[in-house]
Amino acid sequence: MKQRKPKPQGLAYKRLPRRALILGGLQTAFIGGLAARMRFMQVDQADEYRLLAEENRINIRLIPPTRGRIYDRNGQIIGQNSPSYRIVIVREDAGDIDSVIAKLSDLIPLTGDEIERAKTEMRRSAPFLPVTLADQVTWEDISKVAVNAPALPGVTPEVGMTRQYPRYEDFAHVVGYVGPVSDYDLSQIEDPEPVLRIPRFQIGKVGLEAKQEISLRGKAGAKRVEVNATGRVMRELDRQEGLAGADLQLSVDADLQQYAQARLAGESAAAVVIDCETGDIRAISSAPSFDPNLFVRGISVADYQMLTQDKYRPLANKTVQGTYPPGSTFKMITAMAALEAGVISPSSTVYCPGYLKVGSRRFHCWKRGGHGSVDLETSLKRSCDVYYYDVALRVGIDKISEMANTFGLGVKHDIPMSAVAAGLAPNQEWKQRVHGQDWLVGDTANASIGQGFMLASPLQLAVMTARLATGRAVKPRLVRSVNGVEQPSGAGEPLAVNRNNLEQVRKAMFSVSNSRRGTAYRSRIITDDFRMAGKTGTSQVRNITKAERAAGVIRNEDLPWERRDHALFVSFAPYDNPKYAVAVVVEHGGGGSKAAAPVARDIMLQALYDGTPPLEAYPAGDRDRIKEQQKRLEGDRRPKARPDEKDRA
Amino acid sequence: MSYLEYAVKSTPSGFRKFLYMNWPLTLLLISVASAGFLMLYSVAGGSWMPWAEPQMERFGLGLTVMFIIALVPIWFWRNMSVVAYLGSIGLLIVVELFGTIGMGAQRWIDLGFMRLQPSEVMKISLVMVLAAYYDWLPAHKTSRPLWVIIPVLLILFPTFMVLKQPDLGTSILLLAAGGGLMFLAGVHWAYFAAVIAAGVGLIATVFNSRGTEWQLLKDYQFRRIDTFLDPSTDPLGAGYHITQSKIALGSGGWNGRGFMEGTQSRLNFLPEKHTDFIFTTLAEEFGFVGGITLLILYGLILIFCMVTALSTKDRFSSLVTLGIALNFFLFFAVNMSMVMGLAPVVGVPLPMVSYGGSAMLVLMAAFGIVQSAHIHRPR
Repeated sequence: MKQRKPKPQGLAYKRLPRRALILGGLQTAFIGGLAARMRFMQVDQADEYRLLAEENRINIRLIPPTRGRIYDRNGQIIGQNSPSYRIVIVREDAGDIDSVIAKLSDLIPLTGDEIERAKTEMRRSAPFLPVTLADQVTWEDISKVAVNAPALPGVTPEVGMTRQYPRYEDFAHVVGYVGPVSDYDLSQIEDPEPVLRIPRFQIGKVGLEAKQEISLRGKAGAKRVEVNATGRVMRELDRQEGLAGADLQLSVDADLQQYAQARLAGESAAAVVIDCETGDIRAISSAPSFDPNLFVRGISVADYQMLTQDKYRPLANKTVQGTYPPGSTFKMITAMAALEAGVISPSSTVYCPGYLKVGSRRFHCWKRGGHGSVDLETSLKRSCDVYYYDVALRVGIDKISEMANTFGLGVKHDIPMSAVAAGLAPNQEWKQRVHGQDWLVGDTANASIGQGFMLASPLQLAVMTARLATGRAVKPRLVRSVNGVEQPSGAGEPLAVNRNNLEQVRKAMFSVSNSRRGTAYRSRIITDDFRMAGKTGTSQVRNITKAERAAGVIRNEDLPWERRDHALFVSFAPYDNPKYAVAVVVEHGGGGSKAAAPVARDIMLQALYDGTPPLEAYPAGDRDRIKEQQKRLEGDRRPKARPDEKDRA
Repeated sequence: MSYLEYAVKSTPSGFRKFLYMNWPLTLLLISVASAGFLMLYSVAGGSWMPWAEPQMERFGLGLTVMFIIALVPIWFWRNMSVVAYLGSIGLLIVVELFGTIGMGAQRWIDLGFMRLQPSEVMKISLVMVLAAYYDWLPAHKTSRPLWVIIPVLLILFPTFMVLKQPDLGTSILLLAAGGGLMFLAGVHWAYFAAVIAAGVGLIATVFNSRGTEWQLLKDYQFRRIDTFLDPSTDPLGAGYHITQSKIALGSGGWNGRGFMEGTQSRLNFLPEKHTDFIFTTLAEEFGFVGGITLLILYGLILIFCMVTALSTKDRFSSLVTLGIALNFFLFFAVNMSMVMGLAPVVGVPLPMVSYGGSAMLVLMAAFGIVQSAHIHRPR
């Protein structure tokens, strides 16, 4: 081994232990610093850091609530939640996405758009999150995917819940429909609930679904899950169940509704049936209608255009949203106003020469030759216009308007449907306010027969009739119970009108459909127990020009559809003990007695008999025709098999 | 008295060398490494694979290497210093030319059974060559400028090589260890004052170089400094690591959340939890008590090295032991500062605990030299 000389121990050598101690001291100080820092973080600030750690790992996930179902008054389902199938793909399980998607598109139809959208979504989201490839997939396609599962790694069928309306067109206008929450919806809601931010969460868009959204939706539950840094759920810590949406029971009778809808088919029309005792709306039909399920799925542009371009306006809910000049159906109100004001008595007469001269203008009766001497009963029975011009001018518009409000015209009824119109029962103040013009006597004459400014919806006309029938302030009720809890009845308080006056008007209405010269005699009910009282109405949608008048009255049938008169009929039955009030409006249908009264009578009978009425209820001469009609409608009403129905079966 | 004489007289020989080893140091190393196995088992979700078992195998290998080196007399290692240094330089050049790219840096040579990180070897070689240099240099020349330039060059050359890889953390460690050794050797303090002043100037220059064509640091290094200075500027990007690390550490509290119960590490909020951030897992699961225990173990290792250094009369032995201890200190001090948010994330593992083969092997070899100095010390 190499010899080594000992180094002299001096100078710098002696510094070594000293320097070593200095360096050791520095190291000790640093270690002390580290310990102090550790103590500060782990002891003094431990709680704050613990909280941050919990925030990191614990995520709160919403559990969407089950939407409440909607039933008719007899428990038939109207709006339900049915399983909807979709196909999802998980990127990390799929491996080669392109080849998997290619294989999948050989099996089931996939559009290029869907694939592109799914791919973009996949690039953006974590690899373990499922991305929807196809939505609303048929059962058949789901089976195909399930059978070929081994060849399709990462592709799984998933089942979710979607709204479904098994009565299709029948309740489209009543119940409306749901759809996925849109950005616009969110912007309309102040402080939206977090559940609304769930993608594709369905909320009510129109109708009852929208108006009762809060109770139908329920409350979302929440679960606390532990997630890792990439957001993958590791386990569920605990969960708090939400509250399912409330089940709603409507006052509507689905069978009657279906009948009304079928009876109105082919017309642009509306019919409302109200239970006089409770205010329950037994049927509220607007024709034509549409299939609300189309909107749930997302309606195609072609389908939507078909609906918007139809001149019968299937998307419009004519029962509450449509307002029409009530025409002669308003005459009961004018009569009540005059009777209450004491300007007439039931027996006082007015002479009708076929017109009434107001100032320099002639107001014509529909009957050119005039009705001669007319009392209250005759005036309603034969619908004499001059009688009402005359008494209205004596009562004044303000009293008439007030009476209209008493009977529910010009007043917005509180029912949970979309775009409920208030209609219009004008008075002097209204015209001054809105048009900035003085009220003219001519306006009063027009208003007295439900023309001019006067506007009412079919619902309002039905309510008016129910109030005439019962003398009570019947309020319409659409929702009968919420989660089994009965809602307040709409029977209403007695109206502040003289019973006797009301009785006179009702008697006159009875004559309309039961007296041989009554305008609705042809649409009477024969059954003694179910005698019907009513009133026809034919409201003009155009002014008859002098030239036209000179050329002779043009027959309605000769006019283009848009310019024909609206046909109206209001009725209640049985006369002695009113059970139902029915209002029918047929847009541009022509005369009320011909176009509206038979429809109203048929619906009324259907309601009174709670099903198809016996032919004996009809006048003998009509029975053959009615039999044919019943057979035809029966055929129409048979449950229609739909293409998508077959797919799901 | 010649060195040979006292060597023959007083150094143990044969099996007796084992008895003269620095056993407390050996036991401390085994304890620290065991803590590492436990943590690696925990971060793998309660599994010996993929980290704990290979780490144990490497530690076994490291222990064997340490014993072999310990049995060889210290003067052999002194004579090998220059060879080791030149060899390390050679490896650095090889890695520069053919190294494997990992984590954006050229750092490894793939030897098949393990990945060799030449910068790790350089840490020890540098200490050895400097210790040998000051052992050879007559004491009165220590502070003469010419004799100061030589060790400075010995330090700077590998430092720049490592910086080029780029591995900022290791190059700073090299610089600090080299400087520390010169300080121990007794170089006049005025040099250090001058260097520190120059260093401040250099840092200022580096920062001014940002965004210019002669930018001295990579963008990611600048960003690391930025996030260190204010982690909140980029809470989801670069600052994420530091923030999550602090949360994990702080949430451990006094007793910790329990073995394998650390949510931050178990749920992957912690980055690099088996390497650079393993101390965070330990502090999260065993709390302040666990963290301080490890710190005390580290402190004891330093103390037993100090004992060895101060009980030997051989200058090389003292210097090399203190240099290795300093290196070891710098390792864990920088790593802990980093995970506690006191220093930028520079990628320095926790010695003996972090998963990693070459760092542990090199450290064990270095402690072998310490053991050799202890066994063969002139008494």
